[in-house]
Amino acid sequence: MTDSQNVQSGELVEMTYSEAIRDALAVAMDADPRVFMMGEDVGVYGGAFGVTGELVNRLGTDRIRDTTISELGTVGAGVGAAMTGMLPIVEIQFSDFSAQAMDQIANQAAKIHFMLGGAVNVPLVIRAPGGSGTGAAAQHSQSLEAWFAHIPGLKVLMPATADDAKGLLLAAIDDPNPVIIIEHKLLYKTTGLVRPGAGRTPIGVAEVRRRGTDLTIVATGIEVSRALEAAEILEQNGISATVVDPRTLKPLDTETIFREVIATGRVLLVQEAVRTLGFMSEVSALIAESEAFVHLRAPIQRLAGMDIPIPYAPQLERAAVPQVDDIVAAATRLVTEW
Amino acid sequence: MTIITQDTKLSRDVLAEMIRIRRFEEAVEDLYGRGMMHGTMHLSIGEEAVPVGVSLALRPDDYITSTHRGHGHCIAKGADLERMMAELLAKETGYCRGRGGSMHIADTETGNLGANGIVAGGVPIAAGAALSAQMRGTDQVAVCFHGDGAMGEGAWHEGVILAVMWQLPVVFVCENNMYGMSMSAEKAFRLEQLSDRARGYGLPGVTVDGNDVQAVYDAANEAIERARSGGGPTFIEAKTYRYRGHSKSDKNLYRTREEIEEWRQRDPIELFKAAAIAAGTLTEADAAAVQDEIRNELREAVQRAAAAPDARADDMLEGVYAR
Repeated sequence: MTDSQNVQSGELVEMTYSEAIRDALAVAMDADPRVFMMGEDVGVYGGAFGVTGELVNRLGTDRIRDTTISELGTVGAGVGAAMTGMLPIVEIQFSDFSAQAMDQIANQAAKIHFMLGGAVNVPLVIRAPGGSGTGAAAQHSQSLEAWFAHIPGLKVLMPATADDAKGLLLAAIDDPNPVIIIEHKLLYKTTGLVRPGAGRTPIGVAEVRRRGTDLTIVATGIEVSRALEAAEILEQNGISATVVDPRTLKPLDTETIFREVIATGRVLLVQEAVRTLGFMSEVSALIAESEAFVHLRAPIQRLAGMDIPIPYAPQLERAAVPQVDDIVAAATRLVTEW
Repeated sequence: MTIITQDTKLSRDVLAEMIRIRRFEEAVEDLYGRGMMHGTMHLSIGEEAVPVGVSLALRPDDYITSTHRGHGHCIAKGADLERMMAELLAKETGYCRGRGGSMHIADTETGNLGANGIVAGGVPIAAGAALSAQMRGTDQVAVCFHGDGAMGEGAWHEGVILAVMWQLPVVFVCENNMYGMSMSAEKAFRLEQLSDRARGYGLPGVTVDGNDVQAVYDAANEAIERARSGGGPTFIEAKTYRYRGHSKSDKNLYRTREEIEEWRQRDPIELFKAAAIAAGTLTEADAAAVQDEIRNELREAVQRAAAAPDARADDMLEGVYAR
């Protein structure tokens, strides 16, 4: 792990996505005694995905706090602590287990500020790994971001790079609202260049990862890196793609998305989550309702997970969600047929 | 140990607070019956000794979480009657600016973290407030009011387990009014007393007569002092009874008139009044004066609340997220 304090400011550091999250936790906890984290096996175990690692040795068991296997109780305790002057971060070991905690997420955390007429804020951060690709099957592999984005009062972030994993977490801790960060399990071990210190990624600002001329791919989470890989292959085939990473689903930077769609006139929306009523359905509707619509040369296309629970067998699991080849094929069809 | 009926001022205050809660709810019922109040309501008439006895043992900076039947908790912790009434009358001046209504009144200035429309929703939240107090190194205590019905919810189990694991300064006060809507607590849990469950969860548990404000206070005081001094959580079952139905849809098909009448014979306000008069700290005339005082207080609160501007819809969207 790179210790943030030892890094010269301004100098990008290569680290993994999970190291970047750990770095953000350390930076935030060093800066503010109100910040603490709790979750299942985040202490001496180091987290199911190793995100907290040895942080407990430095920050202690109060601030890197192991809980019982009680997602509902833990999120609720986070709500109560957030309402009374603390800045809790709750790790839900797999985002699927948020179903256990949904009352506290949807009925409590999300609504309290509005429902109480603005009298109280709930500055709670929930981190939850989502997505498939680990062979953990249907109850440990879902992409549930649309559930959360459907609840007014929550902010929903999906970092696709190590730098955003850190920068968005720091921004989430600053935010006075409940924020859910869906991390991707397959990204934890990927590396990237990360801003040292306390560099934030603003909530509500999309990132254009690559610019092209023939089509605009909007992708979230793990599909961002797949879209970038696909774009390289497409380039070799003479198709030039823009890749937009919204980074934050709610609030969503529609301005950047519309601008990039207008620039190429074709749009492919890629999500790992199941197709029906997924987040990209909303993006599609927003584009269709916007000025960008009249600039389209082709129908809006969605590429999404199949409408099935994630299966176990590796070949089935791969087939269930968009892979690089699928993006290449969909983009090629979109550009050559229209 | 404070004996309430040995102190004239305290006796008067306790009587006044119980009557205040009852008159508030009677006013709500009346306004509702006359079509002047919207939505639904859950009245705690008959249960007033529990919030009053518990709050007597709390400090202003202590926290409470409340329930859908929460007017009593709110008032006993010090909320303003006019702002409460304004909320129920859908006014801009209400506690939640008309966004919450009866089930969501909170008053952070008096440590009330809010009523809750979800049964047992406040249990883990109270544990979290207690965790916050513990981590900040204050000696604040959180009291979690919940009903008997909450003890069938997973959130109750999870909140209590965390409180026990971390020895949090929280007191779980179960207002056992015998029914979770229509489900009898006796039939549901098959326990002689609900505090029997505490032992299995690893915390002290006690059952008290919830219509006896002194008994409630004594149990709460002991539990709150334990919590404040680092002794961890306590479970208190206060046996009481709601005279009214669960909400406006209740036809009272699950209990008998006789049962309701039996409980009315042990009315918490009448019991306390009689005890204070017997102890010689209050007279019938004092009690009558308190009644008149509260009647005027309520009349003014209703009049002022009713005259306030209606809640506005123009800035609803801005209220979803804090800035």
